[in-house]
This record gives sequence, C-alpha cells and structure tokens, in this order.
Amino acid sequence: MTKRLLTAALLLSVSVIPAFAAKTSLVVGMPIEPPGLDPTVAAPVAIREVTWVNLYEGLVRIDRTGKVQPLLAKSWEVSPDGMTYTFHLQEGVKFHDGSTFDSADVKFAFDRARDPKSTNAQKQIFAPITAIETPDPATVVIKLKETSGNFLYYLGWGDAVIVAPETAAGNAANPVGTGPFKFKSWTRGDRVELVRNADYWQKDKTKLDSVTFRFINDAQAQVAALKAGDVDAFPNLGAPELFAEFQKDARFKAVAGNTEGEIVAGMNNAKKPFDDVRVRRALMHAVDRKALVEGAYSGFGQPIGSFFSPNNPAFVDTTKVIPYDVEKAKALLKEAGYGNGLSITIKSPQMAYASRSAELLSAMMAEVGVDLKIVPTEFPAKWIEEVFKNKDYDVTIVAHTEPLDIDIFARDSYYFNYKNDTFKAAVAEAARTTDEKARYAKYAEAQKILAEDVPALFLFQLPKLGVWNAKVQGLWENSPIPSNDVTEVSWSE
Amino acid sequence: MSRRARIPLNPALVVGAILTALLIVTALVSLVWTPEVPTRVRVALRLKAPGEVGLLGTDHFGRDVASLLMVGAWNSLAIAWPAVLLGAAIGTAIGCAAAAWKGLADEIAMRVSDVVFAFPAVLSAIMIGALVGSGPLAAILAIAVFNVPVFARVTRGVALQVWTLDYIAAARAIGKHPLRITWEDVIPNIAGALIVQVTIQLALAILTEAGLSYLGLGVRPPNPSWGRMLSDAQTYLSQAPHLAIAPGIAIALSVLGLNLLGDGLRDALDPTLKGRGATA
Repeated sequence: MTKRLLTAALLLSVSVIPAFAAKTSLVVGMPIEPPGLDPTVAAPVAIREVTWVNLYEGLVRIDRTGKVQPLLAKSWEVSPDGMTYTFHLQEGVKFHDGSTFDSADVKFAFDRARDPKSTNAQKQIFAPITAIETPDPATVVIKLKETSGNFLYYLGWGDAVIVAPETAAGNAANPVGTGPFKFKSWTRGDRVELVRNADYWQKDKTKLDSVTFRFINDAQAQVAALKAGDVDAFPNLGAPELFAEFQKDARFKAVAGNTEGEIVAGMNNAKKPFDDVRVRRALMHAVDRKALVEGAYSGFGQPIGSFFSPNNPAFVDTTKVIPYDVEKAKALLKEAGYGNGLSITIKSPQMAYASRSAELLSAMMAEVGVDLKIVPTEFPAKWIEEVFKNKDYDVTIVAHTEPLDIDIFARDSYYFNYKNDTFKAAVAEAARTTDEKARYAKYAEAQKILAEDVPALFLFQLPKLGVWNAKVQGLWENSPIPSNDVTEVSWSE
Repeated sequence: MSRRARIPLNPALVVGAILTALLIVTALVSLVWTPEVPTRVRVALRLKAPGEVGLLGTDHFGRDVASLLMVGAWNSLAIAWPAVLLGAAIGTAIGCAAAAWKGLADEIAMRVSDVVFAFPAVLSAIMIGALVGSGPLAAILAIAVFNVPVFARVTRGVALQVWTLDYIAAARAIGKHPLRITWEDVIPNIAGALIVQVTIQLALAILTEAGLSYLGLGVRPPNPSWGRMLSDAQTYLSQAPHLAIAPGIAIALSVLGLNLLGDGLRDALDPTLKGRGATA
C-alpha cells in the first residue's frame, strides 16, 4: 500500500513538474505488428523487435556492434575440442511471474526449441546439440556432436532466449521472460505496452519506466506521428524519401545505419521455369540493381550479388557475377525456350520497399520480354501462409533481416524450394569451422555458389533509417541483429 | 433535325460536355498514342519537374506523368462505365418491377435497396475483393453493387409517376401486360431521368475507383491509375508536389465535368423545367 502511495506521489510530482524531470517513458514506432510475442516459435522480425533483450533474455546477447556479450550466463568455458560448452549462470534471476531462473529452465527452453515438433525458426542453432546437462542449478553443460563456429553467436539470437516451463505455452499472447521490462498489455492493431520489471536482476540497468511499441504501417503516418510527438522514435522509417527532411530538422536525430537485411526476390526453384538455372540467371541479368536502389529506396542501400551482409567480415562482393545485361538475359531466355516471352507473377507484400521494387522489377523484366505480373499480398500473415508455408508462388520479395542466415538456402523445406548439395556442404563446413580465416573462406565460397546459381534475385541491402527525438539517447544506429533494444535508452534533460 | 427537337443548351451543359469530351478523347487517344511508354522506368530521370522532362514531369520511377495520366483516364473509364451500366441495368429492372407490381414486391425491393445502399462502396469492394480477389473485376462489381439501389430508387420514383398517367390506365384497361407497358410506355418516359443519373453516377464511380486504387483495391500496378498515382505521390509531397497535383486535378475535372453534364442534361430534359431554359 505504501508502495502504491509512493508511486502515486511520484507520478503526481512528475506530472506537476514535467519540465524539470527527464521523461521515463518511450514510444517506439514499428511498421509491422508482430503476430505473437514469442520469438522462439516463429520467424517474423517484428517479434524480436519488441521482445529481444527487453522482455526475454538469452544466455548471451549480441551488442550494438555485433559482438557476443554475457547475459544470463555470466561466463563459460569451451572444451579444447570445441565440443563441450559449460555455462555458469547468473544467480538470483527471476522470471516476471516470480519463479526462479536456473539451469533447468535453460534445458527446458533448448529442448523445447530443438524438439521435432517445435516451430522454432532457426533450428540450426540447436542442431549440433546432443545433450544438455544440469549438474547444479547454476551450471549448464551443452555437448555438441560437431564443432560449431557460430554456436555462441547464435545463442545470442531471439530464437534462443530462455523461457520457463510454467509459462512457455502462453508466451505468444502473455510473454514471461527475465528481461528488464515485463508485459503490460497488447492492443491488437495498435500497440504493445511494457513496464519496468522492478525485480530485474541487474538493478538500475534501465532508466525507462515504460516502453510502448506502436504499429504504424503507412510512411506518411509514421512521419506525422514523429512530428506530432506521438512517437518518440522510429528506428526503421518506412519512407527513405522522407528521411532527408529529418536530417535537416534539429528536433530530430536522423541516422542512416546498416541492417543485416538482404532484400531478395525469392523464386520457387522447384517450379517451372525456375527449375532452369538459365531462366534464373536471365532474370538476374535483367535487373539493374543500382537503378532499383535509386527508385525503390532513394539511393540508400548497397546492391548485393549474393545473400550476405556487407557488414560481415566474410562478405565478398558478388554483384559482378551476373551483372545487368539485357542482351544476355534475352539470349539465355531464348536458349531456355522462352524466346517468345514468359509470363510469371510476383507476390509482393505491402511494405514500400517491396511493392516499389516489384514495380521496378516488373518494368525491368518487360525489357527482356518477361511479363512479371504483380499480385499484392499482406505481410506477415498472408505471406507466411501462401508463400512461406504453402510455397504457392512464382516469385516473391521480402527482406531477410536475420544476420548470418545464408544457410536458409541450404534448407530443403524453406520457401525457395532450393536444393544444391555443393552449397549445403560449403555452408555446413563453414558452420563447423572454428578457425576464423578458414570459416570466412568457406562462407565466401558459399556466397559465390549462390551468386552463380541465383536461387533468388539478389537485390540490395536494407539500410536502417532511424529517426528519433534529439533528446533520446542510447538507441542503436545499426542493427547487427533485428531488435529495438531499449535497455540503455534515456532522455536527456 | 428540327430546331425544336434539339436539346436546349445551358452553360452547365456546355462546360460539362466539353470536360467530359476531353476525358473521353484523352482516354481514347491513350490507346493509340502517349508521349512516352507509360510503364517505362527511367530512374536517372526520377522526380523531374513539369516541363523539365515531359509536359507534367516524371514520378519516383522516372515514368512520364502525362502518359500515366492519359492511360489512367482510360483505366478510370474502363472501370466506371461497365460498373455504372451494370448497376443501372439491374437497378432499373428492379425499379420498374417495383413500380409495375407495387405491394409486397415493391416493399421488399426497396428495403433490400436500403440495406445495400447502407454499405459504402469501399466496404463492399473489400468484401468482394476477398471473394474474387482484389483487382479491376472486384472494383467493377463493387461499384456496380452500390449503383443498383440508386437506380432502383430513381427508376421506381419516376416510373410510379408514369404509371398514374391516363394513357397507361387505358393501356391496362385493354389488358396490356405490365411488362409490355413498362417496355413500350414507361421506359421511354423515364429515359431522360436515367441518363442524368448515369452521368452523375459515372462521376461518383470515377471518384470511387480512384479511392479503391488508392487503397490498392483497384487497377493493379504497374497499370496506371489516378488513385494509385495519388497514393504513390503522398510520401513525395514535399519533394515533388506535381505528382499529387496532376492526378488530383484530373480527378477533379472529370468529376466536375460529369456532374455539370448531369445537371445540364437534367435542366434540359426535365419536362417540368421546359421553357425556362433558353432554346438555341
């Protein structure tokens, strides 16, 4: 009761003298609403952008520079053969429902994620695991069947956050984690509200008392919300053409950073005519990537020739492998038996980058005699159902924003329907390799295979155009991992 | 043609006819000629001002706005016309039947019309889009659906008046079938009112098509549409206002033209107003 009174008094004082106290609430705008709030059961990035490290925590985390940092595991040892990881856990950590976090939760969370029935979107994280042992509540020993060069890094992802057995099943609607913020409410179609977790194990880590994520799809409305002060930050503004306006406005900070998102026009490789590499190459030759970036994203964003982020040290430039060449495209189509034209469709979601790119692609394809019809779809729900699950499409277009996700082309069940054993071997080898140089070389090989085989039209790297109130500090400028980490955000007075 | 048979001219009629003719001619010309290929993307020439590149400048993909506008006129009419004619045909049939048989049939027809009329066209387009898939067909059906009750009511109103006339009573007395009366006596008498209504509904249909395309429910990209041009233009408003102004003016003038034409025709054709308008 006294606590309540105190809170009330505090609230009152804040509201009476707002000019002198720094704000402790933050409203973050996002273009897409997450379909649920459990990052361990579904792929959409929007889930991570709300929940990762704000609500849920993993053994380790990725920091704003892309490096692995300890989180629920305060330290760890790796055996000399690279096959056994021993994690020492933080003690005194509680889930939002009051239950205690210990090694059993880690075992539960990882066993749940790697279960054959699990819908975890990044099962490769857990694939090398053979056994998870819990010698005591503060220690977890994970045994691998093969070395994994990216194992620790992957454990920092949203897909590997720790959830509790008592609450995991309900996490999609009522998330319970160990993070500095806990779930308050979700108004579907509008906002998710989080409030400070008073029992958070890292006392005084966060300065904010509440965070609200608002979902605003329309770019013009995003700008209006920022200007009206309804939204304090839009870490990914939807309209690059409006970004320059904010660069000139002193009330805002406008930061053009990098994401790990590759915009690709995925093709249904199992379906005619995309099962013919000549057709895929012809379509790639037909694309003027530079013009595409200019038209679809006002010139922000780097053209790519394969499926790898230019931010990654293992990146190689493959844009020259299949360059823009209209004549070559026509010749290849003729060779493949489509000299008299080809009629295909592209399922294009509503995001501006996607629909604009689709329109530009359609115009570019027309130049080589390909009739690329645009079929609008809605992301994520409809797209996930039609394209991702049912693979009912010719060509589609989305940004894949997970970092280091080149292996999605090595998964038989992924929506590209792409099967290439040489590529699979290269990616698997890279993942196993713990030596950095050798791993980079393998990833370079994998990138080149994709660039030549074109399972998808590789277009450009999605930039992160962030705009926020100039008084907001601590937001990320780049996104080495999809997130809206607000744990270090504060308002300057 | 004798002087008396001519439709009396009035300013609204003249201006409306000119604007409408302009719309139709532009749409027809676009079928055979546009200054540039409207879908041709020229990224190097994006967001150029009117006059700098092309008569009306270029859009965010470097496409020629004047050409897009011309083809957009055709696409507008290609949706508006069939939609209104379909709605008018069904609505007129319902209205005539209601006037001819009255009673319960009339009551049911009018109440159903009320219900349909209560649905905004955009809402019915979304529902129809969910059934047949969004696209031009859904737009045509949606606009047609919302035209049916309009024509049913107008037709019933004027047809009821015609049915009270003496010569109709005479026709009924000699046993002429209501269907024949409707076809031979009623429809010719209400044709003027219907033509006026068609013009007004065409204006509304063009506006609705623009609205539907604005929401992505009408003509599919890259096929140009005024509504989508407006929707695409909004994020470029500060950089390239001409992108919004051009389709905005096109929509405004077309709607104005058809409305004036409708008003002018009503003044000219309505027997109760005859004599008031100056004869040419």
